[in-house]
Amino acid sequence: MYYLILTLPLGLFWVLLSGHFSGLLLGLGAASVLLVIWFLRRMDSVDGEGSFVRISFGLAGYLFWLAWTIIKANIDVVQRIWAPEMPISPNWTRIETSITTPLKKTLYANSVTITPGTLTTGAREDHLMVHCLSKENALELSQGEMEARIRKLVL
Amino acid sequence: MLVEILSWFCFLAGSFLCISGSVGILRLPDFFSRLHASSVTETLATPLLLTGVMLQTDWSLDTLKLMMVGLFVLFTNPTATHAMVKAALHDGQTPLEFDEPIDHQNEDHEAAEEESSTS
Repeated sequence: MYYLILTLPLGLFWVLLSGHFSGLLLGLGAASVLLVIWFLRRMDSVDGEGSFVRISFGLAGYLFWLAWTIIKANIDVVQRIWAPEMPISPNWTRIETSITTPLKKTLYANSVTITPGTLTTGAREDHLMVHCLSKENALELSQGEMEARIRKLVL
Repeated sequence: MLVEILSWFCFLAGSFLCISGSVGILRLPDFFSRLHASSVTETLATPLLLTGVMLQTDWSLDTLKLMMVGLFVLFTNPTATHAMVKAALHDGQTPLEFDEPIDHQNEDHEAAEEESSTS
């Protein structure tokens, strides 16, 4: 059943990338979808750790907030780059976190990395190691707004 | 007309951010801080440039393809950065740390002094 549902997005993705509807090409597309499903089945028997993200308004809201944060962080980093005296204070900080589920921790670590100015160098049970371009970045991160938002999400 | 202006704004802003990213890579002091500069080009410059192109093309399959390109760049950024950091740490590099913002004039001064004292 799971694999049957997967054919739908895969097929749509193929149509999106090709844009041709002649019989031969559709047939090739169907063949490649089936091939991918076969690969997935083989990989799942080794890994078996597939996790699902429930797409919700909460997640969409978080992504919009993240986009806004990224834009602000970009402006901050660009200002630091162009300022003649270059006001940076790189530091490698330990950020405590109480997020335990692997999926949320992955989301947290990647959100930190994708924001310019902060970047995750490692994730452990109860903390992340984060490299920050400036003290302000580290301070903002340790106040934990991003973490609180992720904790509230239902994934 | 409005679309034209918007798309040119996206192009110019995106190009400026690309240049900023490159300047950052040249100016910043070590590998880890340079990664921050490279993420500027990936997280804002590329989406802006792609939005500019999207506004220029008519609404078609190409628009969706451009969106896909943008999404994939955004997905790859953390993955690639993570791989680079892991490699650097594995190689034994450790990040530079400063408590105070670096004072370049002073630094040059000290370097010059050292040079003069050795010669």
